[in-house]
Amino acid sequence: MAKKVALLQGNDACAQGALYAGCTFFGGYPITPSTEVAEVLSIELPKIGGKFIQMEDEIGAMASVIGASLTGSKALTATSGPGVSLKQELIGYACIAEVPCVIINVMRGGPSTGMPTGPGQSDVQQAKWGTHGDHATIALVPASVQEIFTETVRAFNLAEKYRMPVQVLYDEIVGHMRERIEFPEPGELEVINRAAPTVTPENYKPYDTSFGDVPPLAGFGTGYRFHVTGLNKAQDGFPTTKAEYVDAEERRQISKVEKDEARAVIEKNEEYLVDDAEVLIFAYGSTSRSARYAVNELRKEGIKAGLFRPITLWPFPEKRIAALGKKVKGIVVPEMNLGQMNLEVERVVKGTCPVLHLGRVDGEPLNPGQIIAKVKEVK
Amino acid sequence: MSKRYEIRFSGAGGQGLITAGIILAEAACINEGKHAVQSQSYGPEARGGASKSEVIISDTPIDYPKATIVDACLAMTQESADKYANGIKAGGVLLLDSDFVKNEPKGDFKIYKFPITRTAKDEIGREIVANVVALGAMIALTDAVSRDAGLKAVLAKVPEAFLDLNKKAYNTGYDKVKDLLK
Amino acid sequence: MAYDYAKHIRPGKLPHIWCPGCGHGIAMKGMIRAIDACGLEKNNTAIVSGIGCASRLPGYMDYCTLHTAHGRAAAFATGVKMARPEMNVIVVGGDGDGTAIGGNHFIHACRRNIDMTYIILNNSIYGMTGGQFSPCTPTGAKASTTVYGNPDPTFDISKLAIGAGASFVARGTAFHAAQIDKLIAEGIKHKGLAVIEILDDCPTTYGRRNKFRSVVDMMKRLKEIAVPVAAAAKMTAEQLEGKVLTGILHQENKPEYCEQYAQVIARAKCA
Repeated sequence: MAKKVALLQGNDACAQGALYAGCTFFGGYPITPSTEVAEVLSIELPKIGGKFIQMEDEIGAMASVIGASLTGSKALTATSGPGVSLKQELIGYACIAEVPCVIINVMRGGPSTGMPTGPGQSDVQQAKWGTHGDHATIALVPASVQEIFTETVRAFNLAEKYRMPVQVLYDEIVGHMRERIEFPEPGELEVINRAAPTVTPENYKPYDTSFGDVPPLAGFGTGYRFHVTGLNKAQDGFPTTKAEYVDAEERRQISKVEKDEARAVIEKNEEYLVDDAEVLIFAYGSTSRSARYAVNELRKEGIKAGLFRPITLWPFPEKRIAALGKKVKGIVVPEMNLGQMNLEVERVVKGTCPVLHLGRVDGEPLNPGQIIAKVKEVK
Repeated sequence: MSKRYEIRFSGAGGQGLITAGIILAEAACINEGKHAVQSQSYGPEARGGASKSEVIISDTPIDYPKATIVDACLAMTQESADKYANGIKAGGVLLLDSDFVKNEPKGDFKIYKFPITRTAKDEIGREIVANVVALGAMIALTDAVSRDAGLKAVLAKVPEAFLDLNKKAYNTGYDKVKDLLK
Repeated sequence: MAYDYAKHIRPGKLPHIWCPGCGHGIAMKGMIRAIDACGLEKNNTAIVSGIGCASRLPGYMDYCTLHTAHGRAAAFATGVKMARPEMNVIVVGGDGDGTAIGGNHFIHACRRNIDMTYIILNNSIYGMTGGQFSPCTPTGAKASTTVYGNPDPTFDISKLAIGAGASFVARGTAFHAAQIDKLIAEGIKHKGLAVIEILDDCPTTYGRRNKFRSVVDMMKRLKEIAVPVAAAAKMTAEQLEGKVLTGILHQENKPEYCEQYAQVIARAKCA
């Protein structure tokens, strides 16, 4: 049977992807350009007995999502830069308490209110470093309406698998444009559900590393009772200031994402004409679409350009970029900000090739012509 | 049709041109199995000022989602003509509402015009369907999708009580332009 | 026979962090008796708090306990309750946590009238951080950040809750220990958002700065200022000067949020 095809807005695809992944709770606060995610879920969630709540503010929305997740619900919030700024404290809470949840950030410019209806990509470092303290980050950066659907599903999967908040960042262009989408059939995409504890309630500890570095999380109201806190805690979930516990827990929470076998699962990239490329373009989100157009045009002129498109932005694809940095004459990083991911590219290539940044923050997308011109600067 | 075809609808906010763009994109991707991307200008201008909606249609997946060189452009008002009737490719086409656009944009493209809004008001009986008249006209002008695919997309979008009204609006716009092209 | 509190308390989690003379322990015991009287099941009861001395209370309780971020308890609790309306949800926290940094969540929980019990231990100070003034510190009082006297007007938490739409509001004091469990039990039984304000004392950071020589002096003050609502009805405005009403201050039946949302679900399924 032919798949169901539709013309869908990016934000709508996000909501549909969340439903496909089994999301049953949305807590949000209205903010452009993400509001359609909330609007669609306010209609669709109650139809399946799920819950939608519009909270009093962005912080409350994030809190409600964590609370709902602790009862076992797959929970989502959607916002934009100013909202993410407000949510940061509780994103940190979800990191340390290890509560699965998904945060959608439909990016506009900034700082502050910035240009609410214009596109931006200036929250990509905030996604990594926004909340205080040491923590691991998973952030996905889809570039099309279809990919918003699949990456939202993957975000839920990673949140549940690694027991942590996962952010999906896409710019206003992808969020608001309408594009052809083929809806995956049920069962076609993997859907990961939260691992249930295998021990009896009396023996349950919420951070018991004898079950690996992602211990199972029980749900409130399911017969297990335990303590959850934002303080540094021991494996039983209770606060501790004992140096060895604090240190071990902090390190585990980072390594569960950044160790090689986790990266192999979490990292996801697309490479286009990279094998013989002399100039590499590192681009994500809608900018990667301009970059792909530029690569095709440059190839017509005989310039060997290639595109590296991260779909998982954090953890950063360190090894692959370091390897490519040794092969190419230069890396061009176009993005709708004044210099963010180029810093990470520079960090990992360690000077083996020049890294040229191309930024734009006037509310217009980087067009292929601008990228072509920048690539030609690489000597 | 060339591999990548770009159409821009522009006019005053509230005239339904974003909807016209969405219907065209739906006609292309649902009824004709092509790829299509629709995007729009967002912001305060969506209520009253000039607004635009762009549709890119292609047989293959579309990379850059915004207009590069516009193949065909519609301007329903003077303000939108001044602001958005640019970047049209050499040999491209521009359709104007002749009642509202008095200063015609200059360029290496062909201009077609008729009183689009007045047609909706006088011949169809409802000014509100001017966007559907314009959509029929643009499809006739560009053959971006077939006449039937466009009509089917229009009818899928509107409430049942307004099917006849919109069908008439679409066909009238389509026929007016085909007459101009004769 | 002495009441057995131990069965509600997590083994090995005492002693608590509260200073000698602090009223939080009195309030906790009242809360335990109330939970017991209402027959709440441990596995089906969530106790949620924010940050501060009072917010450490859930950690001692052998229930589903959630110690959140400063001010956010009501919002976390709302998520728990919405996702599992069959659970009993009790929020506990202090005056600064609930009405300053968490003020927005507090008033909106009241407005929604979601079926939770919010116990607010009002000791008129930020105790954990060393005695800075809170929205409930009396005007003129001394705190570590108001050494020249507090210039700020105060919140009346109960009035705030009533104004914001809570359908049950009661006030007790740490001195009137026997009344606390009754007020909390009534709040738990009430369908809707129930606020129970317990006037409390902080000898360490408030008392010693404000000329209370001992905990006993602070308790005496609580005894003196408290006037039961029924008694207050027979008193003149002059007699009530400087007094605080205690007992059930407000109770009404009005639509509860989770029930309202159940109707949304019913309508959506028919749509």
